[in-house]
Amino acid sequence: MRTEAKVLLSLGTSFGVMVVVYWNWGHENAGSVMMFSGMLLCFLPGSYFYWWSRRMKSRVEDDPQATQTQGAGIVGAFPGTSIWPFTMGMGAFFVVLALVFGIWLLVPGLGLMVWALFGGTAEGRRGGKH
Amino acid sequence: MTDVLDPPIIEEPSGHEEHLEEHLGPTGIVKWITTTDHKVIGLSYTVTAVIMMVIGGVFAEIIRAQLTSPNNTLVSLAQYNELFTMHGSTMIYLFIGPFAFGGLANIIVPIQIGAPDMAFPRLNALSYWLYLMGSITMLSGFFVAGGAANFGWVGYAPLSNSINSPGAGADLWIAGLLLTGFSAIFTGVNLVATIFYLRAPGMTMFRMPIFTWNMLVTAILILLAFPVLTAGLIMLYCDRHFGTHIYSVAGGGVPVLWQHVFWFWGHPEVYIIALPFFGVVTEILAVFSKKPVFGYKGMVFATMTIGALSLGVWAHHMFTTGVVLLPFFSIMSLLIAVPTGIKFFNWIGTMWRGEVWLSTAMLMSIGFLITFLLGGLTGIYLASPPLDFFTHDTYFVVAHFHSIVMALMLGAMAGLYYWGPKFTGYLLNEKYGKIQFWFLFIGTQVFTLPQYLLGLRGMPRRIGVYPLHPSWQYLNQISTVGAVLVGISTVVFIANVAVSWKKYPAGDNPWDGHTLEWFTTSPPPHHNFYRLPQIRSERPTWDYNHPGHRAAEHGHGHDADSHEEVPAP
Repeated sequence: MRTEAKVLLSLGTSFGVMVVVYWNWGHENAGSVMMFSGMLLCFLPGSYFYWWSRRMKSRVEDDPQATQTQGAGIVGAFPGTSIWPFTMGMGAFFVVLALVFGIWLLVPGLGLMVWALFGGTAEGRRGGKH
Repeated sequence: MTDVLDPPIIEEPSGHEEHLEEHLGPTGIVKWITTTDHKVIGLSYTVTAVIMMVIGGVFAEIIRAQLTSPNNTLVSLAQYNELFTMHGSTMIYLFIGPFAFGGLANIIVPIQIGAPDMAFPRLNALSYWLYLMGSITMLSGFFVAGGAANFGWVGYAPLSNSINSPGAGADLWIAGLLLTGFSAIFTGVNLVATIFYLRAPGMTMFRMPIFTWNMLVTAILILLAFPVLTAGLIMLYCDRHFGTHIYSVAGGGVPVLWQHVFWFWGHPEVYIIALPFFGVVTEILAVFSKKPVFGYKGMVFATMTIGALSLGVWAHHMFTTGVVLLPFFSIMSLLIAVPTGIKFFNWIGTMWRGEVWLSTAMLMSIGFLITFLLGGLTGIYLASPPLDFFTHDTYFVVAHFHSIVMALMLGAMAGLYYWGPKFTGYLLNEKYGKIQFWFLFIGTQVFTLPQYLLGLRGMPRRIGVYPLHPSWQYLNQISTVGAVLVGISTVVFIANVAVSWKKYPAGDNPWDGHTLEWFTTSPPPHHNFYRLPQIRSERPTWDYNHPGHRAAEHGHGHDADSHEEVPAP
């Protein structure tokens, strides 16, 4: 976990250095704000990973001497099939078409998206089909 | 196929057989619609992206045909504007990016790190549907009154407002980009989470293959860049329809803000599309030189440095606006050449004194190196403001980035020839592949090199007709010949897929590969692995197949075939 944190924190730090130089040199708003936000976007998960890496036990994937048997067991729940991503995608499709062809398309669009939201959540609670 | 290095390893599967049972799922179209398997989704992505490449290529051929002679009337000027806009949009938004991070990375990254699937399989499926529907949305602009978007793939602000570009085509372009943008963001989230949380035991960060490293940095860049584009597009839509004046001077807005927002996405996007193919080429050069990657850590740090610098270079696209900090962006852009140079030295070092096997994938990778070098070196010229003032918006710029993206195209083909056998189970015909390579490689140079000269002789970009000017005309004609050669190479590729359809079974490890994807079957089973080797270096499959080759500890027996050891490089 430490290396993951370092990747994000070092990217964030370099953006931070860049935004300090850029702002003091150019006084340009848009780019400075975007670079600053980019820095925050790296620091947010990066500092969380760093904080967590000091408190957790070392994971087998971070152990250079780990054997495969140490990693045996359930890795996670991976649903084999699900219709809800497709439903959600079609909903999003109708929503953006509403931007072009008329507001009424929001009805099927948001309808499908909400349906997929509930359906997908319920499926996730059940653990999904394999 | 000439020679297959290793027979597939036949061994009793041992241990961890919880997931061994065959996955009995739906088939056919129901499988396509409901799947959450990263390999099926990745294959859908790959096929869709190649179709987009063909569509964008047809646009390109029409553009080149129009430019064959001055004052040509093959297409009208309005149609020409739509064609070059949609050519750029299709190739950048719908082909090369999704092909890299949705297609290749989606299939290969989880297998390379020993994961059973992507971290969020259903989000992964949603990414694909958003990408597919976004592509359809964008291209459907051709079927509405007024035609497709016609303001260039960059959609600069005063031109893309509702007065200069009325009609549904422009809105469909925005709508399609919103969908593909979210698709990219979701894929980025998925890749980062997969790489951080689903690695196999012993697969530490500094044992990950370079392709996976590059995809990690790519995914982080996606997360940094794409939300900016999405926000910019929503503001553009508001300007067009809700009467806001964010990008118009009339209401106190700033048109150049669009350029800032667009290129703040647009330049990291260049690395988002380039880094995956750097990774592809690194893998291929190492495997087909029978050597480990030269300077593994140097490669990782070069990738990280490119990622770190990528957020500070966007305004080198805006030097001629006169409102950007020229020295800052010039220095930052020139600095990018340093990590890229490190990569080039390492690529050459990887091949140096190796047993180079010039398979199609290797040829494509070497073609990538040469073409990318041409594009990269001319990029260094363009990073210098005085030279950029002279060449901005001329064909010199067009030639520069076509050298870059055609190099990526070679990298994409290299990836398909290298990993295609893994995810389909069948090799492609090498003879056709080599014919394709020569058409593609020579065609690329014939089509880009005259454009550099055209640019230096003053021909502007995005013009459908040009005055009678002898040197412009013959250079354009040479360029068109090159474009036709590239077109033929695509036809050869499709013919190759047809000819070698399920004809040459690949086996598990046709190239004597280094990384984990060559340890599992071709195509990999549901959840990817029946068993995993001990991971003690950045090339676990090689260590397993060549015990004693490295001093690293090997957890398995010595039953793997032990053919002649190559001398340690």
